[in-house]
Amino acid sequence: MERDFDIALTVNGVRVARRVEARQHLVDFLREELGLTGAHAGCEHGVCGACTLRVDGEIVRGCLMLAVQAHGRRVDTIEGLSDSGELAALQKAFHEHNALQCGFCTPGMLLAAQELLRRGGKPSREEIRAHLSGNYCRCTGYQAIVDAIEQVLHGQG
Amino acid sequence: MGKAELPLHAPARQADKGYIGQSVPRPNAQRLLQGRGTFVDDLRLPRLAHVVFVRSPHAHARIKSLRLQQAQAAPGVIGVFDGRAVAQVCTPWVGVLGHLKGIKSPPQHAIAIERACWQGEAVAAVVAESRAQAEDAAALVEAEWQELPVVVDMEQALAGRPVIHPELGDNVCFKREHDTGGVEDAFAKADLVVEETFHFGRHTGVCLEGRSILADYNAAEHSLTVYHSTQAPHMMQDIFARHLGIPEASVRVIAKDVGGSFGIKVHVYPDEMATAALSVMLRRPVKFVADRLESFLTDIHAREHRVKVRLACSKAGEILAFDLDDLTAIGPYSVYPRTSGIEGNQVVNLTGGPYRHQKYRAKLHVVFTNKNVTCQYRAVGHPIAVALTEGIVDLAAQKLGMDPAEFRRRNLIPDDAYPYTFPSGIKFEKLSHHQCLDKLLALMSYGKLREEQAALRKQGIHRGIGLAAMIEVTNPSPAFYGVGGARISAQDGATLRLEPSGMVTVLCGVTEQGQGTEAIFAQIAASAVGVGMDKVRVITGDTGVTPYGGGTWASRGAGIGGEAVLLAGRALRSNLLEVAAAVLKVDQQELDVADDHVVNRLTRESKLPLAELGRIAHFRPDTLPPDFQAELTVTRHYTPRQYGFTFTNGIQASWVEVDTATGFVKLLKHWCVEDSGTLINPMLVDEQLRGGVVQGIGAALYEECLYSPEGQLLNGNLADYLVPMALEMPDIVCAHVETPTKQSQLGAKGVGEAGTAGAPGAVMNAINDALAPLGARVTAMPFTPERILRALRKVP
Repeated sequence: MERDFDIALTVNGVRVARRVEARQHLVDFLREELGLTGAHAGCEHGVCGACTLRVDGEIVRGCLMLAVQAHGRRVDTIEGLSDSGELAALQKAFHEHNALQCGFCTPGMLLAAQELLRRGGKPSREEIRAHLSGNYCRCTGYQAIVDAIEQVLHGQG
Repeated sequence: MGKAELPLHAPARQADKGYIGQSVPRPNAQRLLQGRGTFVDDLRLPRLAHVVFVRSPHAHARIKSLRLQQAQAAPGVIGVFDGRAVAQVCTPWVGVLGHLKGIKSPPQHAIAIERACWQGEAVAAVVAESRAQAEDAAALVEAEWQELPVVVDMEQALAGRPVIHPELGDNVCFKREHDTGGVEDAFAKADLVVEETFHFGRHTGVCLEGRSILADYNAAEHSLTVYHSTQAPHMMQDIFARHLGIPEASVRVIAKDVGGSFGIKVHVYPDEMATAALSVMLRRPVKFVADRLESFLTDIHAREHRVKVRLACSKAGEILAFDLDDLTAIGPYSVYPRTSGIEGNQVVNLTGGPYRHQKYRAKLHVVFTNKNVTCQYRAVGHPIAVALTEGIVDLAAQKLGMDPAEFRRRNLIPDDAYPYTFPSGIKFEKLSHHQCLDKLLALMSYGKLREEQAALRKQGIHRGIGLAAMIEVTNPSPAFYGVGGARISAQDGATLRLEPSGMVTVLCGVTEQGQGTEAIFAQIAASAVGVGMDKVRVITGDTGVTPYGGGTWASRGAGIGGEAVLLAGRALRSNLLEVAAAVLKVDQQELDVADDHVVNRLTRESKLPLAELGRIAHFRPDTLPPDFQAELTVTRHYTPRQYGFTFTNGIQASWVEVDTATGFVKLLKHWCVEDSGTLINPMLVDEQLRGGVVQGIGAALYEECLYSPEGQLLNGNLADYLVPMALEMPDIVCAHVETPTKQSQLGAKGVGEAGTAGAPGAVMNAINDALAPLGARVTAMPFTPERILRALRKVP
């Protein structure tokens, strides 16, 4: 059985090509092969959300997707979305509310929150909490995160 | 201005001195917000090797044979090692302390030799060029086991069925009895005696970043650099030095970003010691990162207790005496170097702590079992002591038909009674229980909430209010560990340096785990020196550059490290004024530092920008008087000594609704009023409290490491072990009373553990308050729907 595959994909707007093991997870590929260490491996079984990435515009768990499955697709990480400015409002609000402590969950939390913002509408606090229920944070107690997201939602008028 | 001039806590101070008390965002959060932090697993070193451990599948078994050859031949493998091989480089340790009289534990090795004593104990190490290759090879290690009798139940362990370490004689690691005398007499004379047995589930920290270590041995220098996700770099420096035979000053421990710790990352772990030893053996950098399954099996667990507690009181509701018997199980070894006796010891020290009774008796047994080890986890012993105290107090109030808030008011130590010695021997400098209680009741509109509760009960909606008063150990003196022989620093130091550009660099031994240490040090330094926070940079977590210190544990960072920064800041400012006086040829007494400038003390007019002072002092000292030397780097240290611990106090309240059909508990709201002395950054303090409360809620409702009778961990993954997530958590209202400690000039006490200390008791009391009209009561955490339905007699 073939173990290694050639893949080509766009990561944060840059074309990359690599030969990868079939079993390598997307988050490990980004971290190990490309040095993009912003997405973190927290549980490696799809529960904690620390490895959240965006693939073709949809958020996914980087530990539940294989690198080979990203062939031909567009992957965006916390680094790219920070540089493009897309997350700036959320990052500012997270900073002002201290919506992070150790910061290990934060990249995933921001990508999940941005997904909610992109859907539009005015979700309630309860709905914000529900949307974040796939992202584990041990430090904050979640309240400041909800406050920060709520502020950005209201700021958007 | 003299030494004590900084109006640190005056209400309307000027901005140049006033960062203390302000909710300033953390400067160091920016990198984390962009995913540009540096956690251990983010580092890349040349020739980096990866280690994976073969772990015992049995809770207790003799290793008959380990066949390593096949693994050794696997692709990418650099070496495969058993316990004996690693023991050639790394000496074993024993987790005992002199001041815990009679505590015993057998020697423990980095990798087990001959026998594994819990499921998950490492028995071999596989090092390869990649983690995947190491994991592949680990699967090829063949072990032949002889299973041994297992003891997982603590009562059985206490009875010695069987004894895990025969050379120790029994399974009792540590026992303690404390008795003020007169307890039996108080119970005999009491109008009311209430008794209850409480059970606390074994749970764990679940840091989102697993334990991580990258050890880099330099054979030419016989030196070791360790990048470590740790709370206590200097403690680890000492341990690596002693157990690997490397001079202390040749070991450098660097803790960059740490992805959560909560006490999990302040202990010596065998697999981490093995990683350092392997780096020495292989003369190259070796990395170990615990995956989630390994974390559940090997990160310290905590809080498995069974406690019988009795309370005696008068008809008028006066508590006369407490009597308790605590049994706790810690796994097969006492953890090094802090020991696993401390948690139970804290239960004995702290139970009944907010109240003014004088008679107290407590008995503690700490026993070995064949489960993973337990040790100090956030709030160490407090969640148990608080829940026991507040659970039995509520029961007494209920039996007397007295409102629980009123019952507490009658018994809390009066605010004017300090200094005060509690019957367990601990001393309180100054607490504010009554102020906190009053503030809490007002904050939550207690009377109205009771009315709402009564009205809803008539509609069949079962809501409950739970209160939990608490005391907490913070700012520990050497009495915690040092007196027992542990090489754990009780003091911390801070160095402040004026850079030529007028900026200030702060170096401190206390570490940052996201709680905001570096931010508050910047606030204190900027305030003490007289510069803007934008002019301050803070470096922590590196034994190679920071002053020696204890690091982060026991809520000591702000109170001890912060005081060192304050003292160093004042000293630096004094030195700056000396330089300025020499430059300006005026009396130093005429000058002050404010807004990055030396100013006239009275007119506040700028006399010399610090950038100019820095330029002259560093590059043109020839223009200063010939006998004058500017000292722009100062170091100061601080050790709390007057009290063993600087106790804080607070009170929490929980408001819950119990669904009596499903047994589910909905958390509606939570309040916390805390007195942690001087508040340095209220926003960070509140977030610490909330995070702590949520961790305590996890203990109360969700979290438990479940073991089978064979000692197999049944739910060691994040899907089966439940942790609090955003949806289930309530909004948490925080408020403060400020009673600065007079032991330091900063006045700060610790706050990092208060939330976790009080929340389980508050939630338990709220559930029992909701269930009371139904004649049901729960006393075993976590309060799962099954346990609640059983209490309601809806399931067998």
